[in-house]
Amino acid sequence: MNRSFSAVNLIALTLGFAFLYIPILLVVIYSFNDSRLVTVWGGFSTKWYASLLGNRQLLDAAWVTVRIAFLSATIATVLGTLAAVALTRFRRFRGRTLFSGLAYAPLVMPEVIMGLSLLLLFVAIGLDRGFWTVTIAHITFTLCYVAVVVQSRLVTFDRSLEEAAMDLGCPPWKTFFVITLPIIAPAVIAGWMLAFTLSLDDLVIASFTTGPGATTLPMRIYSSVRLGVTPEINAVCTLLIGLVSIGVIIASLVQKRSIIERERAERLAAG
Amino acid sequence: MATRALGPVRRSFAPWNDPTAVPLIRFDKVTKRFGGFTAVDDLTLDIHEREFFALLGPSGCGKTTLMRMLAGFEEPTEGRITLGGEDMAGRPPYRRPTNMMFQSYALFPHMTVEGNIAFGLKQDGMTKGEIASRVEEMLKLTRLESFAKRKPHQLSGGQRQRVALARSLAKKPKVLLLDEPLGALDKKLRQDTQFELMDIQVTLGLTFLIVTHDQEEAMTVADRVAVMDKGKLIQVATPGEIYEQPNSRYVADFIGDINIIEGRITGASGGRVTIGSAEAEAPLTVASEADLAKDTTAWIAVRPEKTRLSLDAPPAGTANALTGTIFDIAYLGDWTVYLVQLPGGKILRVSQANMTRTVERPISWDDKVHLWWAPEAGVLLSR
Amino acid sequence: MAEKRPNARWFVIALPYLWLAVFFLLPFLIVFKISLSTPTLAQPPYVPSFNSLAEIWEKARQFTIDNYAFLASDSLYYSSYFSSLRIAAISTLLLLLIGYPFAYAMARAPRAIQPMLLMLVILPSWTSFLIRVYAWIGILKPEGLLSAFLIWLGVIDQPLRIMNTETAVFIGIVYAYLPFMVLPLYASLEKLDPTLLEAAADLGCPPWKAFWLITVPLSLPGIIAGSFLVFIPAVGEFVIPDLLGGSDTLMIGKTLWREFFGNRDWPVASAVAVVLLLLLVLPIVVYQHMQARQVEAAR
Repeated sequence: MNRSFSAVNLIALTLGFAFLYIPILLVVIYSFNDSRLVTVWGGFSTKWYASLLGNRQLLDAAWVTVRIAFLSATIATVLGTLAAVALTRFRRFRGRTLFSGLAYAPLVMPEVIMGLSLLLLFVAIGLDRGFWTVTIAHITFTLCYVAVVVQSRLVTFDRSLEEAAMDLGCPPWKTFFVITLPIIAPAVIAGWMLAFTLSLDDLVIASFTTGPGATTLPMRIYSSVRLGVTPEINAVCTLLIGLVSIGVIIASLVQKRSIIERERAERLAAG
Repeated sequence: MATRALGPVRRSFAPWNDPTAVPLIRFDKVTKRFGGFTAVDDLTLDIHEREFFALLGPSGCGKTTLMRMLAGFEEPTEGRITLGGEDMAGRPPYRRPTNMMFQSYALFPHMTVEGNIAFGLKQDGMTKGEIASRVEEMLKLTRLESFAKRKPHQLSGGQRQRVALARSLAKKPKVLLLDEPLGALDKKLRQDTQFELMDIQVTLGLTFLIVTHDQEEAMTVADRVAVMDKGKLIQVATPGEIYEQPNSRYVADFIGDINIIEGRITGASGGRVTIGSAEAEAPLTVASEADLAKDTTAWIAVRPEKTRLSLDAPPAGTANALTGTIFDIAYLGDWTVYLVQLPGGKILRVSQANMTRTVERPISWDDKVHLWWAPEAGVLLSR
Repeated sequence: MAEKRPNARWFVIALPYLWLAVFFLLPFLIVFKISLSTPTLAQPPYVPSFNSLAEIWEKARQFTIDNYAFLASDSLYYSSYFSSLRIAAISTLLLLLIGYPFAYAMARAPRAIQPMLLMLVILPSWTSFLIRVYAWIGILKPEGLLSAFLIWLGVIDQPLRIMNTETAVFIGIVYAYLPFMVLPLYASLEKLDPTLLEAAADLGCPPWKAFWLITVPLSLPGIIAGSFLVFIPAVGEFVIPDLLGGSDTLMIGKTLWREFFGNRDWPVASAVAVVLLLLLVLPIVVYQHMQARQVEAAR
């Protein structure tokens, strides 16, 4: 029915999006506030951004965080893609039930438990805590997100494409790299981005598994936030929001363009 | 088949020819626009009680919109729809005495067959006992007794179709609307179901309105057929009339196969009209009372099965005699269809019943042939 | 790839499997084991040694359920568990009440703008969780924006006391978890065939009734998935109760954190974790089962 998109629906959407976006917008707006007080607008100013540049601790933490996120997302993407292939393509192998359980459980596992258990493992095997332990921890919990994203693409994958390649003489491993991987690439990239931002964002697991010299940005933000709202933190948050938004927007534009190009190509082919 | 018994009943049923009959459904100058697109254009149509009425046309012709306006899913932009004398304007679908069988069947996936059939009855506040007995009756009518407890996804396509039918019939609606009801079935099942539908319609004494793009289906089931194009009715008539006396090239072309030859009127007298055409050396003759001015463009339409074909020339003086070359032959078992190319290049279809198992001298590709038809076999079309 | 060479197949399975076994399964076994150790043995830095079988046996004999007895004896723990479950349950209900109309409106929006709406819902969850919780501090604190706004409107004359209460925790959870509730709801509502609602109307069912008889039952998979997806992590939530809740807002994630970082009592922290895991095993198993079924259904 045409009238089904009613005023009530419009109100629900408006309120919903207002609820989702107003708090974030306030952080962005107040990062340009000259006044230190939240409720007082002291005029537009970028001084908090300038003072960030002088904050050695914060910059170090940011650099550590980005390195961990890049490394862990990359390894997690490889492992997660393998896990997804194993789960969709190999219907029967010993321990498959346990494997699929392990692959899904971290999605819903409380972070405090993940953090605590990994810490105890690192202590038990005598691994010095720091950069590498956080990276390992992040690989472990983001791997599962990658696996889920890639798996959802693989289940709708047309197997006859692979069969066609092999029928034309392409060996299985080569088929995977020249046929399967290019087709599931958008899902793999999406998985990488998800893993990257999850790692960038994580406070709890990193707090448990980190050691001296590997303080991440969320940990720095958390310790300042506990002391109250400060304009510098607003500025950091705004920068992070900006970076992520640009990343997501570029990703969706690239995806949209590839869809448009494909449609155009299909139209040309049809016409 | 029960259809044998229907013959006499149907032959005497023609309320549309009775000027005193009051129609059950009346579309009065109905127009429906979606934005700038006019789906139904100033359309007037009467449908009578106990009629099996078919709306026939290609997709996008407005037939489904017309039906949805009767069901209450769309409101007319202009005009009025009355049902049983009541104006339906502003009345929501859940308060209309019509029920619809959806093209997709729209069976509720979370309910059993029984639950689906009982759904409409529950909305009317019937007692449990009444509902149970009506459901029982519907299951029996559609031969679904053994599937009562199944969910829709556990049924075959044909069974689902019957559940949809049972559900829409359960409330004994004043009008049952069928939206391409058999489109998803294979050909054999479709033909059987068509006869079943006709049987049920007469048994229950209900009014059926069917929307279809399948001309064979419309011709089989309906008492009257309305051919639609671009939101307008082109012709409303019985299947026989539609086939034998199409009122336009559009209808003639849409229903069955036909050869249409363009020409100019050269004369008219004594119920005969003659037409000069570039396709024929001699003027063509067609039986018609039409009073058309000389030199106007007109068309002669003739069905393939009413055209004679032979290797030998017909007796001299035979009307509408042409010559041509066999271009292609399609053997269909009961019929053989010949495509004959005229000297001017136009291709005509001629079909011949295969009445004997062997043919003495079969007509073959590239043979020179003669074809002709009686003046009464053709139809004169002015549009 | 049935004829794939066995070693390639082995590699594909073994690599992620081994990783998960070493860094996900094994740690849980260690947590379980430490939760059974006596606190004296387990003073940090705790380095268990598995030098010989005899030593392991020795350790095993020292296993104790004291830590669990301690959890049962101290009201801090069981009220933390209870309070976590209660807060998570209420938050889930609130999320359903807010998320359902939102998801419904999205699914009814014009087809062309639905992908954009979907992206707008997902976008906030790509930005930092910590930042989104932090944003509410500035809004909710007594001298914050909400109070200032309401006083300016003249609705109230005293600042609101929301910050550091359970209400603030509810707001925080609802805000941070809303996308996780909306997405599964939208997915199931979007699949709903609108002709089913037309069929219901055609059979005499008014729209509000059709909503309960058709729409809600058919979106049940989305309702269940969304509820589990927010309930399970909400039970173990740490950041939100820590930043927005008061000292009297007990949640088990916070208690565990304190036990670990504050009291440095690793065996008790481990016992807290084991019990929390046991509480969540059933919902996690149900959720996984549904996920697996959904993946199977998508085949």
